Amino acid sequence: MTTKLFGTKVARVEDQRFLRGQGRYVDDLLHDDPRLLHSAVLRSPHAHARITDIDVSDVLDLDGVLAVWTYDDLTGPMAEPLPLLIPHPTLTHGRTQYALAKDEVNYVGEAIAFVVAVDRYVAEDAVSRIRVDYDYLEPVVGIDAARAAQRLVHDDVPGNVGARMEQENGDARAAIADAPHTLTLDLDIERSACTPMEGRGTVARWDPDTSRLTVWSSTQTSTGVRGCVAAKLGLDLARVDVITPDVGGGFGVKINHPWPEELLVPLAAMTLGRPVKFTEDRREHFISSAHERAQQHHVEVGFDDDGRLLGLNVEFWHDHGAYTPYGLIVPIITSTQLLGPYKPLNYRVVFESLYTNTVMVTPYRGAGRPQGCFVMERTMDAIAAYLGKDRTEVRSTNFIQPDEFPYEHGLVFQDGRELTYDSGDYPASLAKLKELVGWDEFEQFRAEMAAQGRRVGIGLACYVEGTGVGPYEGAHVHIETSGKVKVATGLTTQGQGHQTAFAQIVADTLGVRFEDVEITTGDTRKMPYAVGTFASRAAVMSGSAIHLASLRAKEKALRIAAEALEADESDLEIVDGVVSVRGTDASPGTRIDLGTVAVLSNPLRYAFDEASKAATQFSVGDPGRPPVAEDDEPGLEGKDFYSPQRSTFANGMHAVIVETDPDTAEITILKYAVVHDCGHLINPMIVEGQIHGGVAQGVGGALYERMVYDESGQLLNASFMDFLMPYVTEVPTTIDIDHLETPSPLNPLGIKGAGEAGVIPSAAVFAAAIEDAEGFPITAMPISPSELYALRLAHADDPAEAAEAATTTAG
Amino acid sequence: MSNAAGEEVHDVRLHVNGSVHEVQVPARRLLSDALRHDCGLTGTHVGCEHGVCGACTVLVGGRPMRSCLMLAVSAVDAEITTVEGLTEADGSPEGRLSPVQQAFSDCHGLQCGFCTPGFLTTITAGLRDNPDPSEDEAREMIAGNLCRCTGYQNIVKSVLRAAALRDGRGATSSGTENLEDA
Ligand code: FES
Ligand code: FES
Repeated sequence: MTTKLFGTKVARVEDQRFLRGQGRYVDDLLHDDPRLLHSAVLRSPHAHARITDIDVSDVLDLDGVLAVWTYDDLTGPMAEPLPLLIPHPTLTHGRTQYALAKDEVNYVGEAIAFVVAVDRYVAEDAVSRIRVDYDYLEPVVGIDAARAAQRLVHDDVPGNVGARMEQENGDARAAIADAPHTLTLDLDIERSACTPMEGRGTVARWDPDTSRLTVWSSTQTSTGVRGCVAAKLGLDLARVDVITPDVGGGFGVKINHPWPEELLVPLAAMTLGRPVKFTEDRREHFISSAHERAQQHHVEVGFDDDGRLLGLNVEFWHDHGAYTPYGLIVPIITSTQLLGPYKPLNYRVVFESLYTNTVMVTPYRGAGRPQGCFVMERTMDAIAAYLGKDRTEVRSTNFIQPDEFPYEHGLVFQDGRELTYDSGDYPASLAKLKELVGWDEFEQFRAEMAAQGRRVGIGLACYVEGTGVGPYEGAHVHIETSGKVKVATGLTTQGQGHQTAFAQIVADTLGVRFEDVEITTGDTRKMPYAVGTFASRAAVMSGSAIHLASLRAKEKALRIAAEALEADESDLEIVDGVVSVRGTDASPGTRIDLGTVAVLSNPLRYAFDEASKAATQFSVGDPGRPPVAEDDEPGLEGKDFYSPQRSTFANGMHAVIVETDPDTAEITILKYAVVHDCGHLINPMIVEGQIHGGVAQGVGGALYERMVYDESGQLLNASFMDFLMPYVTEVPTTIDIDHLETPSPLNPLGIKGAGEAGVIPSAAVFAAAIEDAEGFPITAMPISPSELYALRLAHADDPAEAAEAATTTAG
Repeated sequence: MSNAAGEEVHDVRLHVNGSVHEVQVPARRLLSDALRHDCGLTGTHVGCEHGVCGACTVLVGGRPMRSCLMLAVSAVDAEITTVEGLTEADGSPEGRLSPVQQAFSDCHGLQCGFCTPGFLTTITAGLRDNPDPSEDEAREMIAGNLCRCTGYQNIVKSVLRAAALRDGRGATSSGTENLEDA
């Protein structure tokens, strides 16, 4: 019997090549091709300026420089703005940049000129010799400046408002007006960024012999890049192949496309007739990729004596940077996923998405959810403090109950579908979390620590995450005559172990050995129909598609095998790649291996080896019928697509115990606990790894990482020296994890996405714990020791408020 | 002598993983670039080029060095080990994973794999100096390397498991069952 691999900790197959230094990331490609050229980009040093002149005359006669492009050299679709990927009716003033700046720059880092040379050093030399004349314009930096709108980022966008969107279920303002208790909160989250260890990169090669363009890009969507490259360069789609090689992390930033270089590199490769490479360096990643997170929220809430949410009215302002290529996805997610596991009786949300002269904003792991979770959970804590109730009690009062699924919120989600939760068990999750973190024993612990002069606090935060968004993914399964199974799915991989997790699904579904399965992702030659890897969708979407495609291949294998064995299909089983009549011993005539079935599936005229003789015209087939039946096709393959009606909603809860140093205000993590429900787990080891990574990113976002812009729009900390990404010394020494497995009814495997979960509640949970330790409200994240210290001083100035906060936030 | 860009180049003999690579490089070429692009050893990765992330760490004379902070011309005659040189000879063409490499596989110490070569080289040298680290010492050993994927939890486990494997404690077979006792 084949062991069931689904749900087990199978070691990753991709590790072998990574551990041996044999991974192939984009900058590793074509390194031994002497014709390979390298590129560098001139980027704007100003946040807001008009370009009056660009002089490249000093560049072209430099030895080793082959070409330089500015906007004036671009023609046709390349001279048009980059695509606005996700239009939305409320995005009334969407703007995107040009591949190379036309007349105006709107953030420090915007691409102005593109140089191709024999190596990167020379290309950078050349970039430094391009002279640009600017007319400086006053920049708009930060949400306050954008809202004040004394200056405009784009002249034709009044008030710097790209979009204003409102959704309401019930009548929140009336409910608040009638509520026995009300509170208002003003909350702030600053900018951060994905910061994968590998930046962006693209290589392109035009093959004049076959008239095909091959593009390798470090992207989260190879089909998306392919569509853009073909459209912008005026090529038939059939002439363009996009391959995503190994990718050194994505976390969202690589879902945006096309980056200017993803078009300029292929353009240069075609123009110069030589392969061209672009590899982003770390500073470029900071100033010319994408950021996220910055939002300001104003919350009004009305509730009863139990803390039941009667009305919740949230207004927020979202900083989307200089352009809106990714539409309104991030603020729409914030506005809907803010609700978490709760069911306010009336909810209204309205946001404005604002232009600033800073790097544009596209999804970063969590994609707007961390902000929403922060706002909702801060509100819950404020209600608990006001009513003097345990924080878990107020949450329980507002939970959607297990028997209320599917639960409709009466809102529209990021995929344009109704916001309807499919399944979950929030009370059970909370019970597990309390147990895991020791919630009920915490007051005793607090007292013990206080006796030693130490100050500790505990916080918790709950979230619900819509995962596995559509529209679809597909898979193709091919059983070769060797019995090996080659599987392709179109979405890409950035470290999630898809080659392992997907092979587990194939091995189980088809009944073949795990070692015989090989998974390819992100290669448009093998699967040209795909969407991409984002929103914790890969396992749900491609996992389901691979399952369905494997079933189709299996169906066909059984049909052919039944004929060959003269048995009934329903009596057959496939184990370790061999089809046999169930319950028989290994006697010949009762079993046939899948490789032979594959041979029989493809009627041949010409034998190419010993085994294939069995499929030639004098050996096989009924002379009275066509060799390939009308409704059949040759080959042992299965192809299918999975396209769910709507997203599936995973959930989880985190708790943290922190210690704050009474003198230095340093924040230390004493315990971190996670309860997580993403339905059935394909590979628990991989899921736990995703949670570990998410929590670490969350710790960074809550306590260390921020994008520091000065008033002129310069990013002051664009290096790993100054942008404080956590090392091992900053993350919790252990992360206690417990799982629930509430299956999703929406897909055949009962799975939900897991990729973003670890990061969603971090800002919320740390704010709660620090507030609990300190006794005054924490309303802005991230928070550094100096900021905490400043808050202490401010609250010491106001002893009454400090005392009140201290009493209302306890427990 | 000059290259296609008219820059003066130097003949440099690099000793990497027991082989000699004769390369011609301008004085400003970083060791990381020379290893990756001139020697074709692309296992060494570049995550920042300013000496902070540790992805480019190689062993120079056995000691971990950031190859993005060294010039290739300054590495003449030094014995350099990159991630490609960590495997151990077992008669097979690809060699056997070293204890550190095996431990990363056993403990799921890597996700995207981009930071991994720098951790592997760093830990290889670290365990030579301290073959039996405590958990705190294991953390200390990797405290200068950045990883954005793993949250370091399983990298710390990998260090401890690697120490055990070097010691002959723990079976060398793969399999994540070993995760728990790492
Ligand atoms: S690339 Fe050398 S330390 Fe980051
Ligand atoms: S495994 Fe991706 S950066 Fe470490």
